[in-house]
Formats: sequence, structure tokens, C-alpha cells
Amino acid sequence: MKQKPVLLSIALAIAATAPGAPPPPAKEGAPYNRESARKEFRRPDTIPFPDDNRYTRARAELGKMLFFDARLSANGGISCASCHRPQFSWTDSAATSVGAPGMPLGRRSPTILNTAWSEALFWDGRSSSLEEQAIGPIQADMEMNMPLDKVTAMLKSHPTYAKLFEQAYPKEPISGVTIGKAIATFERTVVSGVAPFDEWILGDETAISEPAKIGFDLFNGKAHCVKCHSGWNFTDDSFHDLGFEEQDRGRGKLLPQIQAAQFAFKTSTLRNIAQRAPYFHDGSLRTLEEVIDHYNEGPWLKRPSLAEEMRKLELTDTEKRQLVEFLKTLTGADEPVSLPVLPN
Amino acid sequence: MTPIRILVTTLSLMFVLALAYGRSLIVMQKDKRFDVEKLKIRPGDKVVFQNHDEITHNIYSPTKGNEFNINVQRPGASTGVTFWTEGEIEVRCAIHPKMKMTISIAKDN
Repeated sequence: MKQKPVLLSIALAIAATAPGAPPPPAKEGAPYNRESARKEFRRPDTIPFPDDNRYTRARAELGKMLFFDARLSANGGISCASCHRPQFSWTDSAATSVGAPGMPLGRRSPTILNTAWSEALFWDGRSSSLEEQAIGPIQADMEMNMPLDKVTAMLKSHPTYAKLFEQAYPKEPISGVTIGKAIATFERTVVSGVAPFDEWILGDETAISEPAKIGFDLFNGKAHCVKCHSGWNFTDDSFHDLGFEEQDRGRGKLLPQIQAAQFAFKTSTLRNIAQRAPYFHDGSLRTLEEVIDHYNEGPWLKRPSLAEEMRKLELTDTEKRQLVEFLKTLTGADEPVSLPVLPN
Repeated sequence: MTPIRILVTTLSLMFVLALAYGRSLIVMQKDKRFDVEKLKIRPGDKVVFQNHDEITHNIYSPTKGNEFNINVQRPGASTGVTFWTEGEIEVRCAIHPKMKMTISIAKDN
């Protein structure tokens, strides 16, 4: 009987350790192979649309009108396109945007490019769908400052808009829901054009330079960029604290209990990235070279939320140039954007 | 006590403990995905979250009554969470929002 406590402790020890024992080893990836890596970045053939907001031309055209129509703002002077300008790869040229007159915003305007594939919209991921995101800035007092009931009333009273909504969403009333759906449908059609990188992915070895190809290898290897900038859109939509000194807690405002979410912002797409300076959520870095220097050696504010992946890379100057060469191959031959004629 | 009796007693105790403390089920995180979208468990069961990726994850649930937060989980780490309250809970990664799964906790599972 004396042995019982011993047996019990042995049994408890086994029971306590069995589920996770032995802990799995860190995933040992297969040795890097350029040809295998190329397959991970192939462009998709179709744009995804949600079941409750399938693509129709009427919806996309209506959404485009709403996107460019400044009458959706309280002062009649700001549209979605004021900060998401097609000539600047669907962002703007300022480090941080200006919303309503005299209202500087705290963050850079994020591009709407390839948002059809995005999960968690805005720099802090506070919207779970494009439909929800689209009506946020319309109502925000620092931005378009227009209550939804006023936007809805304006659109309902406009004969042409009323007709366009009827054609696009025949069984649904004009509301914040259908306004969001229409704008989201248009936004999903904003897709980066085929880039030299895509031609290379498909087998054209002359499409990009040798330094760019080495840059691709670095991107997937020594520089670790692919850990977050993965897939054809070069983002996994993850959130990280990259060590910038600031007060903006980013995703931490939504998840105050999560340490890793503090000062964390969304990983941007790298498609057409050479056209979107300045960089990061605060527009604090002016060039791709500065961006690579930041990842390479900091300085990073070493607080508890700093991403574990932020480690010195020890890239040489040549390697940094090769990475920049590679990033420039992601610029697509995007078609010029035509402006819609708005209902008068 | 003979070795056989010790073994039998140990196994019996483990069986009783397993009944008392619930089962253990493994959920793997690999390629920034959970290996299961929906998991059915009973109150008292333990779910062991294993990180098989080369990056860190932060698994948590905001669902009231079953909130938990593993905090930063490094590659290769394994963390068990025992659930007692019946209901359906959302499990997410705070770093990778595309990682989603639900756990259904019910006596009948």
C-alpha cells in the first residue's frame, strides 16, 4: 500500500505528459529549391467573390461610381478615391493621409489592390469583410463624416442612383449593406497586373534579371521575407510589431489581452510595391532600400510585443541590392484606370 | 507487490484518471492552418495545440466562458488547454487571422 502514492504520481506524470509528449520538432523544411519556390507564387485564374455578393457588372460599375463620388462625404469634397488614388497604386502620396479638411490621420492610406484576397481589413484588421470595411471611412468623423442614414437618403432620392441600385441589387433596399456590397464588388476587381515576375514564374527566363533571381532566393531564404510575404499576393495577412517607436498600438486596441498584438500592423501586399512609397503603416520609410535596412539591422524598439521573427539578417550591400531588384519585378503592367461618369 | 501487479495497478489508475481528467486531442498548426476546422470534445478534455510551422503563432479564443490565450508559441512548441464549459468556441491565431477553427464542447460528443 505504501507504493500507491508512488504509482499515483507515476500515473499522473504519464497522464500529464502523454498528450503532447514528445513535443513536435520544429518543422524542418525541405532544402530550398528555386523551382519549387516559384510554384508558390503563381497568380490565381479567378477573383474570389463571396456567395452573398457575387460579381455582376452592374454591381461593379455602381461600386466604382460610389468609390469616386465625393457626394458621399459630409462636405461633398472627399471620396474613397481621395486617399485610395489609382495613380498611386490605390493609396496616396502622403506618409499619413488627411481626412476631412484639417484632419490629419494617424496612419498611411492602405492600398485596395488585391483586397479580394484579404482577410481582416484596415491596418489593424478591425473589419472582417470588404463590405464592412467599405462603409467605415464614409461614416468616420475624421474622414468622410457622413452618417449612413444621410448617405442612404441621398442615394434613394437620386433617380439614377436609385435605378442603378435596383439593377445591381433588385431584391435589396438601398442601405449601408448594399452600399458596402457595391463598393466591395468594385474593389475586388482592382487586381495588380501581370508583372515580369509572373512571366518568369511561367517559365520566361529572360523576364527578370539574374540579380533579381538571386533576390528571389534571398527573399525565400536568408532574408526570411517569405515567412510573412507569402503566396501570389506576397502577404499572409498577418500582424506583427516591427519595432517602430510609436504610440499607436495597432491591432492591440482590438486585442488588448494579446501581447503579440500590441503595436502590430498588417503585412502589406508587395505587388506593385515600388509604386507605393512611403512605406509601412506610418509612412516612415521613404524607399525600398530603407525598408530592407530596417529588417536587416533595425533599430527596433525591443518591447515584449516585438515579433519573434525580427532578427538581424546580416545581408551584404550586394544582397540588399538584389532584393530591391527582385521587388521591382513585382510591378505589373496595370491598365490605366478610367474615371466613371457620375449621375448628376 | 509483483511487477505484474504493479503494471496492472498502474494501467488501472491511468484508465481511471483518463476517465476523470478527460481525453487529450491534438490540433496541429501547419502551413498557417489548423489541421482540423471543427473539433468535438467533452467537458474536461484537453486540446493540445502543436506548432509545426517555422514561425510563431498565438492561439487564443475570445469566446466567453472558454477564453484562453496561449501567448506566443514558438516553432515546435506544444501547449495543452483543458475545456470545462459546454458550448461552441472560436479558436484563432492572433497573428494569422486566416487561421480559424471551432471547438464544440458537449457531454454527448
